[in-house]
Amino acid sequence: MNILEVQHLRKFYATQKAVDDISFTLAPGSIFGLLGPNGAGKTTLIRMITGIFFPDSGTINFNGKKFDPENDIAQIGYMPEERGLYKKMKIGDQALYLARLKGLSKTEAMEKVKEWFVRFEMQSWWNKKVEDLSKGMGQKLQFVTTVLHEPKLIILDEPFSGLDPVNSNLIKDEIFRLAKKGSSIIFSTHRMEQVEEICDHIILMNKGQKILDGTVHQVKQQFKENLFAIGLDNIPESIASDAFDVIGRENDQLVLKIREGYTPNNVLQYFLQQQTGIHAFHEILPSLSDIFIKLVEGTPLSRQFQTIKA
Amino acid sequence: MNKTALVIQREYLVRVKKKSFVWTTILVPIVIVGFYAAMIAIGVSGGGESSKIGVIDKANLFEGKADKASGDKAEYVFINNETPESFKEKYVKEGYNYFLYIPPFDINKKTDSITLYSQSTISIAQKSRIEKTINKAIEIKRLQSANISPEQYRSIKSEVSVENITGKEEKKGVAGVAAAVSFALGMLIYVVLLIYGTMVMRGVMEEKISRVAEVVVSSVKPFQLMLGKIIGIGAVGLTQFAIWIALIIGLNLIIPIVMPDLATQLTGQEVPSGSSGVIVEIASGLKTLPMGLIIFCFIFYFLGGYLLYASLFAAVGSVVSDDQQDAQQLILPIMMPIVLGIVIMSKAIAEPNSGLAVFGSLFPLTSPVVMMGRIMFDIPVYELVISMVLLVLTFLFLTWLTAKIYRTGILLYGKKVTWKEMMKWAFRKS
Repeated sequence: MNILEVQHLRKFYATQKAVDDISFTLAPGSIFGLLGPNGAGKTTLIRMITGIFFPDSGTINFNGKKFDPENDIAQIGYMPEERGLYKKMKIGDQALYLARLKGLSKTEAMEKVKEWFVRFEMQSWWNKKVEDLSKGMGQKLQFVTTVLHEPKLIILDEPFSGLDPVNSNLIKDEIFRLAKKGSSIIFSTHRMEQVEEICDHIILMNKGQKILDGTVHQVKQQFKENLFAIGLDNIPESIASDAFDVIGRENDQLVLKIREGYTPNNVLQYFLQQQTGIHAFHEILPSLSDIFIKLVEGTPLSRQFQTIKA
Repeated sequence: MNKTALVIQREYLVRVKKKSFVWTTILVPIVIVGFYAAMIAIGVSGGGESSKIGVIDKANLFEGKADKASGDKAEYVFINNETPESFKEKYVKEGYNYFLYIPPFDINKKTDSITLYSQSTISIAQKSRIEKTINKAIEIKRLQSANISPEQYRSIKSEVSVENITGKEEKKGVAGVAAAVSFALGMLIYVVLLIYGTMVMRGVMEEKISRVAEVVVSSVKPFQLMLGKIIGIGAVGLTQFAIWIALIIGLNLIIPIVMPDLATQLTGQEVPSGSSGVIVEIASGLKTLPMGLIIFCFIFYFLGGYLLYASLFAAVGSVVSDDQQDAQQLILPIMMPIVLGIVIMSKAIAEPNSGLAVFGSLFPLTSPVVMMGRIMFDIPVYELVISMVLLVLTFLFLTWLTAKIYRTGILLYGKKVTWKEMMKWAFRKS
């Protein structure tokens, strides 16, 4: 059973179609990348999933039942892009407070907070105030408060911003660990290398619409341009074949684009006939970054305001 | 535990644990009681200036011995071998504070030729005491010349004071005291509304600017958050009042022990000077006021007014972004009815049953302040009931309305919101 099923979700503002007919599903334990340029409607979509906004139309099913914000939000942990903590409140009290708002009892909350503080080596922070923390430390605290009630659905908006590599890895490991324990994670970011590393499944939004949906592997296959790299012992003077075009050359390596109707076998055949030694041959798949840019490029950099007729 | 209760708890504890809360809570009553004690001290020691007055009495008014009026503690020394011109030059050097010159005059006619020389301007109280002493001497002279003995005079002299009986129960009206207490309570409500109202606004702004709101509203409904904040801060206010009342009562009990003189002079009948008499009058006046009703109404109107205005302040707090100036602009329309309330209240104290006063005490935006100004003056019960019902209904309506503004505003960033837009949010269907 899917933890989250979103069908034809719509939310229009006075001057923007913030979310326009978005559907997707999220399996338990999966890590889901929600991508899109600034202003694509990601935050609005997330706010509908977290029950902060009501959709204009469409349905959200949570854990097999119709989404009931009142009760289901206890099963959701949301870490917004802009960090939000009470600056003047003691860190221990703050973590307890946020945990109890999620419905944990006082003793449960205390237990969980202590457990996580030990895991993240934050015990000495207990009586400090948030204003005493650095940005990265605040980030860790925010992450802890987001996940400590062990929600079924965790939504992380740019969780790594401001973190050094060591702490990034710490959080990354926690994300994997939580996913393994059965939590589903929606991961919203602009940092494509992290998406490739972490996510199983992605959707790409632009201008409120879904323009791409699939696993990372599927997406890469979909956008591959039949590019291959071949490493040769010595590169022949002239290369001419019907099977491919040479589009790049670097030291002893060539980048080839295979023409329609031919396969990598044809390429290898050609070079074998040339009697040169081949020491590497692999496919070049587009990075998500390239796909992102390709899909989003050409649309205006920032969304224009428009009048919406409801 | 209920989430609203959790929010209330946090809002309350965070504020009560602050150092500034502890300080204001302790210092304010000390300042008030200190002020009150100083007033009494000054009152009791009235005429305490034991100044030395050199008198050249050419009219032989005092016949060499000053029969001082009550409260006049000055020492009158009669100078015989000096002229006013010569003495004027040296009275300070010879150790006198003042020099009083009484030229010869017709005792049965009004005179303004009596002069008092001093280094610096003499206090009004001191001047009036000296005038009383002189008047007394003149009166005795006039009685003598009319052949009336002082005993006869005392039996002739009339000292009527009119007693004002108000209402059916024939209560003694103590207009002066009632007016003062009314004004003080009205002002207190006004100040308290502003202080706690802006406290709510700043709390909301803090949550919005630090983006805590977004985290918290993914756990609780915005309405719960707003309500929790308003109730939590209201509870802080009530706690502060309770502590103040306890401290004031405590200090009032302690003062007689620490300063026994003061207390006996306050309660005792042998009050030496006129000004202490006033304090006794105030004390007895206070006793006649309906204290139970006053305390009940004060708490009711504080809570009603606070809830009403706090929701408005919360709405304003939710729509402004980091810009303090935007907040100022939006607060103005909220402040105006409160200020108007103070204006109407001062009128209402003078004429508690005028049309304006009645309107002001019924209209929910001004009633918390204005009603405090009328409450002492035995207003009809139905007016009080209507005023209270209207207040409750209005605050319920405004809370419902502002909650909608709050819900939208709290998550909206970077945009300057106008009143028109706020109205649109408030009245659209959810």
